[in-house]
Amino acid sequence: MTTIATNPIEKRTENRSSATIRFAGDSGDGMQLAGSQFTNTSALFGNDVSTLPEFPAEIRAPAGTLAGVSGFQINFSSEDIFTPGDRVDALIAMNPAALKTNLRDLVEGGILIVNSDEFNIANLAKAKYPTNPLETDELSRYQVYAVPIATHTVEAVKDLGLSAKEAERCKNIYSLGLVYWLYDRPLEATINWIKSKFAKNDQIAQANIRALQAGFHFGETAEIFPVRFRIERAKLPTGKYRNITGNQATAMGLITASRLCGKPIVYASYPITPASDILHQLSHYKHFDVKTIQAEDEIAAVCMAIGASFTGAIGVTASAGPGIALKQEAVGLGVMTELPLIIIDVQRAGPSTGMPTKPEQTDLWQAMLGRNGECPVAVVAAASPSDCFQTAIDAVRIAVQYMTPVFVLSDGFTGNSAEPWRIPKAADFAPFPVIHPADPTVFQPYARDERGVRPWAIPGTPGLEHRIGGIEKADITGNISYDPENHQHMVNLRAAKIDNIAREIPPQDVYGDASGDVLLVSWGGTFGAVRTACDTARKRGQRVSHMHMRWLNPFPSNVGDVLKRFKHVVICELNMGQLQLLIRGRFLINAHGLHKVQGRPFMVSEVLAKVDEVSRG
Amino acid sequence: MTTASAPLTPKDLKSDQEVRWCPGCGDYSILAQTQKVLADIGIDRANTVFVSGIGCSSRFPYYMNTYGFHSIHGRAPAIATGVKCANPQLDVWVVTGDGDGLSIGAGQLLHAIRRNISLKILLFNNRIYGLTKGQYSPTSEQGKRTASTPLGSIDPPVNPLSFALGVGATFVGRAIDVDIKSLQLVLKRAAAHRGTAFVEIYQDCNVYNHKAFEFATDRNTKEDHIVYLEHGKPLIFGKDRKKGVRLNGFTPEVVDLAGTPADDLLIHDESAHSPALAFLLAQMKFPSMPEPMGVLRCVESTTYEHMLEDQMATARRQSGAGDLDKLFSQGDTWEVE
Repeated sequence: MTTIATNPIEKRTENRSSATIRFAGDSGDGMQLAGSQFTNTSALFGNDVSTLPEFPAEIRAPAGTLAGVSGFQINFSSEDIFTPGDRVDALIAMNPAALKTNLRDLVEGGILIVNSDEFNIANLAKAKYPTNPLETDELSRYQVYAVPIATHTVEAVKDLGLSAKEAERCKNIYSLGLVYWLYDRPLEATINWIKSKFAKNDQIAQANIRALQAGFHFGETAEIFPVRFRIERAKLPTGKYRNITGNQATAMGLITASRLCGKPIVYASYPITPASDILHQLSHYKHFDVKTIQAEDEIAAVCMAIGASFTGAIGVTASAGPGIALKQEAVGLGVMTELPLIIIDVQRAGPSTGMPTKPEQTDLWQAMLGRNGECPVAVVAAASPSDCFQTAIDAVRIAVQYMTPVFVLSDGFTGNSAEPWRIPKAADFAPFPVIHPADPTVFQPYARDERGVRPWAIPGTPGLEHRIGGIEKADITGNISYDPENHQHMVNLRAAKIDNIAREIPPQDVYGDASGDVLLVSWGGTFGAVRTACDTARKRGQRVSHMHMRWLNPFPSNVGDVLKRFKHVVICELNMGQLQLLIRGRFLINAHGLHKVQGRPFMVSEVLAKVDEVSRG
Repeated sequence: MTTASAPLTPKDLKSDQEVRWCPGCGDYSILAQTQKVLADIGIDRANTVFVSGIGCSSRFPYYMNTYGFHSIHGRAPAIATGVKCANPQLDVWVVTGDGDGLSIGAGQLLHAIRRNISLKILLFNNRIYGLTKGQYSPTSEQGKRTASTPLGSIDPPVNPLSFALGVGATFVGRAIDVDIKSLQLVLKRAAAHRGTAFVEIYQDCNVYNHKAFEFATDRNTKEDHIVYLEHGKPLIFGKDRKKGVRLNGFTPEVVDLAGTPADDLLIHDESAHSPALAFLLAQMKFPSMPEPMGVLRCVESTTYEHMLEDQMATARRQSGAGDLDKLFSQGDTWEVE
C-alpha cells in the first residue's frame, strides 16, 4: 500500500463506507473491461460489490456518438450491499458523448474525470455540445479533473514500439490505474490478469501494465487530486468467495441440479440478448454431461428441449421476451404432455424488440398467462446474480418432481451484473434422484401419484411403449379423448398439480416485522433496491417490512396471511403492475404499485419516496 | 431388450388405438407397409420412437406400438432432434405432411436435414390440407381451386425432393402409398441409412384431393408415367419397357429404346458425390417426363449425433468427469476470515 508519507505532496486519505463509480466511454473504449477489473480488484480486496453494466444494443455504434456510449457502474462497500447504487460518486467520461449521457447520475459535488483529449470540435458536435463544457461553467457543480488520458497513455508506452492505435487502446487501463489510486486499490490483481490475458503478446502486456501504473502514478504525483478515499473490507460471512454474474450462476445451478438428480442436461437455445451467455457458459461444460445445441430458431430450441425431456434428459431452453413469445405454443405442449422442462427468461425491455440490453420485469404475465388454454406452469424468479444458482436448482427439482415446465425469470440486470458469491460445497446440496418406472404390469402413462404427478417413462424401456401428444388425453391411459367431462377433469388435475407445488416450497418469509404500516413486496431482480430501501426506512423509524417473493406460481401458502398484517402493501416492479394485478385478483386487497419501465433498475430513493407517499396516506 | 422369442410380426407393431383416418385414405397403406417393413427388419420396439407434428399424417404415432410423440404443427423434426441427441441409441422416425413439413415447419425440416442427424423422415404428400378441410398446400399445383382459392391458387408449388436435396440430404427417396413393393423397398433402405433419410410418399387424400396421383397409380398408364430407379442401371420405363431417359446437355429427355444405343441412356448413380444427378431426376415431372420412384440419393456422411457424442467424449477425455467443487472455484477467489 502506498502511504501518505511517500507522496511528494500532502494528500489526505478519507475513509468512506462505500462508493459508487462509473466508467463511461465509447463502445470500443474498453469500459466493460475496466469496470470488471475494478470489480474483481475490489472483491479480492474484501469489499462487498454490486455492478451494473450498461451497453448499447449496437455492437459498435459510430465512434463518439451518444448511441455508442457504454458504461459500467460499481458500488463497493465495507458493508453488506444489495444494489449497484442510485447515483455515482465518481464518473470517468472518456469522451463528450459519455459525459453527456452519464452526467445526470453524478452526485452534486461528485468527482468527474474526463479524457480531455477527446473534447475536440468533432466529438463535441457528435455529442451535441454547442460549446465545450470544459470551458464553460456548466460543470461547476462537480469536481472536474480534465486529464489528457490518451496523451498520457501514449507517452507511457512510447518506447515499446506499438502502433499509435495500439498505444491509445491502453487508455482504459490508464484510467483504471488512476481510479485505483483514487480509491486506494492494489494493482496486483489487474497486473496478473494482464499477464495471463496477453501471455502470448508480451509487448501488449507490458504496454497495459505501464498504462495502469502511469494512471496510478499520475494520481499520486499530480497536484490536482487533493484527496483519495479508502473503503475498508466488508464483514462478509467467512468462506471462500468469487465474483459471479447471474448468467454464470444459472449455468452452474443447472449443472449442479443435473448432478443432484442424476439426469443429463440437453440445453437448446437460439442466441438472444441478454440470455446468450448461458449458452456460451454451458457449451464449455460438456464433461458435466451437458449437451448444448444452438437451434435454428426459438421454437426449435424449446422443441428440442421437450424431445430431450421425453427421452429422459432435463430439457432446458432460455431466451428473452420476444423469443419466449415464440416458444409459448411448445410450452403448452410441455404442460399437456406433463414433461419436465426449464424455460429461462432473461427479461429485457419490450414490447417487441424493445430495448434488448436494458432490463425490465415485463414478462411475468407472459410466463404466467401467455399460452392458449388453461395452461398453468410453475414460475420462480431469481433475486440477485448469485441467487440464480439456487433458483436454477429449485426449478429443476420442481420440474422433475412435478413433471412440469418451470419458468425461471431473470433479467438483463441480474443476468449480466456481478457480485461476490460465497462458494458452496457440492456435498452440501441434497440430491433428489429421479426414478423412472420400469414395470410394464402396472404402467399407465397418465396415472398419478398422491401429488398428482404422472410417471416419467422413457424410450428405451421395454414394455412401457406409449404415445403422448398435445391432444387432450383420457385420465390414466393417456389415450386421445374428446370427452367433455374428461377434459374438465384433466384441466382440474393439471391445475391441482401446480397448486400442490406449494407443499414443496418454503412458506413466505418477511424481512423486518411480521406486521406494520407498509409491506414492500418485490420479486426477481428488484430485491436489492427494495431491501436497501426497507433497511433505510427502518433506520428512520418507519414501520416498514419487506416480502420478497421467489415463487410466483404457485404462491407460498401463507402469502395471503402476510399481506393482511400490514396497513399498506406496495408492490415494486419494473413493469406497469403485473404482480400487482395477480395479487389484487387473488387476495382482493388494494395493493399499491411502484412501477418503472425505463430499462434501468429501481433506485433506492424511488422506493423510499413511495414508502413516504403511501405512509402519508 | 427383445429376447430370442417369436419373431416380430406387423401385428406386434399395431397399437391398441382405433385408426381414425377416413376410409380409403392412403395413410392406411403407408401404416401397413411401415409395420410390415419394421417387423421384417426386426426392430426393437422399446428403442423406436415415432414423432409427428400436426395434420392427418401426424396421427401416425398413435397407431404404432412403439414410443410416440404427437407434437405441434411443423416441429416434429426439432422434437425428434431432441430425442436423438438425448439418446442416440434410439431409432427415431418423423412422420409429416406437405403442409406440416413444407409450410409451417419448413424451417425445422431444413435444419434437421442439413445437420444430417439420423432421423427417418416420411413426408406424406397429398398436395392438399386435409385436416382443415381442403385448402391448397405448398405442393398443390398452381391454379388449384380449393376452399380458400375459388379462382385458383397463385402460389407455385415446392418440390419436396428438390428441397431436401438442396439443403444437403444424404438420403432421398420417393414412393407411392399403393405401390406396395416399391414403398417397402424405400422404407427398408431409409431404415438402414445413417444420417437423415428423407422419403416423399405420394398419398391419396380421397376426400379433398382424390386421384391427385392417378397418373402414377392407374394400372393402365402408370408404367408410362413413372420410372423405377435402380443404382447402376439405365433409366428404362414404359409398359413394354421400350422407353428410356437420355441426357441432352443438362436436360433429360425421353427416347425410344429402338433407335437409341444402350450406352446413350442415363445410368442411375444414387451414391454420386454430387447431388446434381439426383436434383435433375427430382425435377422430372409428369406429363413431360416420367417421375422417378425409389432411391434418388444415398451417400455416407458423418452424422450430427456422432459428432455430438464425439465432442462429449473428447471433453470427458480432456477434462475428466466434471468436478462441481472445481467448477464453483474457477477464476479468482478470495478468503474472508
